[in-house]
Amino acid sequence: MIPFEYVRATDVAGAVAAGAAPGAAYLAAGTNLLDLMKGGVARPTRLVDITRLPGLAAVARQGDGSLRIGALVRNSDLAHDPAFAGAYPAVAEALLSGASAQLRNAATAAGNVMQRTRCPYFTDTGSACNKREPGSGCDAQGGEARLHAVLGWSEACIATHPSDFCVPLVALDAGVEIAGPAGTRTVPLEAFHRLPGDAPERETVLEPGELMTALVLPPEAAGFSGHSRYLKVRDRTSYAFAVVSVAVGLRLENGRVAEARLALGGVAPKPWRARAAEAVLAGRAPDEAAFRDAADAALAGAAPSGDNAFKIELARRLVARALSRAASGTPERLPALPGSVFAPAPEAAHV
Amino acid sequence: MSADIVLTVNGTRRTIPIPDPRTTLLDLLRESLHLTGAKKGCDRGQCGACTVLVDGRRINSCLALGVSLDGAEILTIEGLAEGDRLHPVQEAFIAHDGFQCGFCTPGQIMSAVGLIREAQAGADPERVREAMSGNLCRCGAYAGITEAVLEAQQAMSQRPSHRQGEAA
Repeated sequence: MIPFEYVRATDVAGAVAAGAAPGAAYLAAGTNLLDLMKGGVARPTRLVDITRLPGLAAVARQGDGSLRIGALVRNSDLAHDPAFAGAYPAVAEALLSGASAQLRNAATAAGNVMQRTRCPYFTDTGSACNKREPGSGCDAQGGEARLHAVLGWSEACIATHPSDFCVPLVALDAGVEIAGPAGTRTVPLEAFHRLPGDAPERETVLEPGELMTALVLPPEAAGFSGHSRYLKVRDRTSYAFAVVSVAVGLRLENGRVAEARLALGGVAPKPWRARAAEAVLAGRAPDEAAFRDAADAALAGAAPSGDNAFKIELARRLVARALSRAASGTPERLPALPGSVFAPAPEAAHV
Repeated sequence: MSADIVLTVNGTRRTIPIPDPRTTLLDLLRESLHLTGAKKGCDRGQCGACTVLVDGRRINSCLALGVSLDGAEILTIEGLAEGDRLHPVQEAFIAHDGFQCGFCTPGQIMSAVGLIREAQAGADPERVREAMSGNLCRCGAYAGITEAVLEAQQAMSQRPSHRQGEAA
């Protein structure tokens, strides 16, 4: 870890002023940032500690029915908030399927959205990586790319975004509230992360000094609570990143899908909203044929970026399964256990 | 840059100099305070051997900057027993052989104390295993660890006044 200047911000304006300096990075819990700094992957020369900023650690229902999740709300606090989990069960399920209990107790909502890819070529400073060092090449291409992207990737970068939390959030049309030198703005989460194109080092739309202050779920996001799931396939039962994950929210009326929300994780450089699949489902009866059609639509543009063609078929099957599970109703006890061959509970046996 | 921070460590309020802001909570505990119970296994948040409670919640002390925790209350394995009276989780780990070499044990025990405080797993061994997945045991003592957590949780529900286990 290279030396850095430590600045403790006491208000948002002061944080933004300190964070606009070249080489500055914001520090919340640091669970991802410190890990990357120890490995020499992230090399900030100033850390602006935002953990004491007032008003950013609360979950609050707004007058218009939207829900504002402060940037500093801890992952575990949000997931275990009964009112939150009841209204947005797929988000709670996603949060609790991520990382370990220790990390969820520390990691913040904004930090989860801001986390960097787990591509091993990104985290190994001995490998070429366009994201870490623009123009240096991509050793993941032609390397061990079993877990890499099948959607949205480019020749410059095939890494995936690792967040579970973001997947249901993007399906529910979450917004990102941003404070910056030029004032505040809100952008849809779907537009917050950039596709790599030829500039994979630019991962989000944040400009220098801009700070995420909250995530906002619009009023209609609570309308899917009766039929929501987040299913995650990983290489081991617990404490692993997704190989493929799927978030689903359905509104069923008179035996038909009135509205569907669908997003995928682990398959693309950003949380991947599958709007074409949602359109396929609208008005259909919630049956296996509809689910398979939706799965085909969700993966229509997919292409392997290495030895990972299996992820395309795996994602299709997981989309169909998540839709089927969601259609049969959100489980009574949330979160359902992560899928395990040892799991006695039927809601857990999803991998 | 040098700065002092204040931490309450195992019930004692201490002013601690931070000569380098790079110091993690784990290094601060081990090197400055000579509390070597929390172990540096991977130092990357993957093994859980460094688990301590910060303001009553279990975290990986290797991935927390000491200077950022100014004002926090820390509970480490050294602060768990009351004199010669072991904490119920410590007693249960002994009773169920929840360890072999012992390196991961302080982290396992602090994680178990945190798990019981979180009160999310209940008496379901599957949920206990899930909630303990951030603590690796290279010796593979998981069966005993799961039994110990379940038994300690049961014992503590019948002795809810246990001071350290319930302290805020």
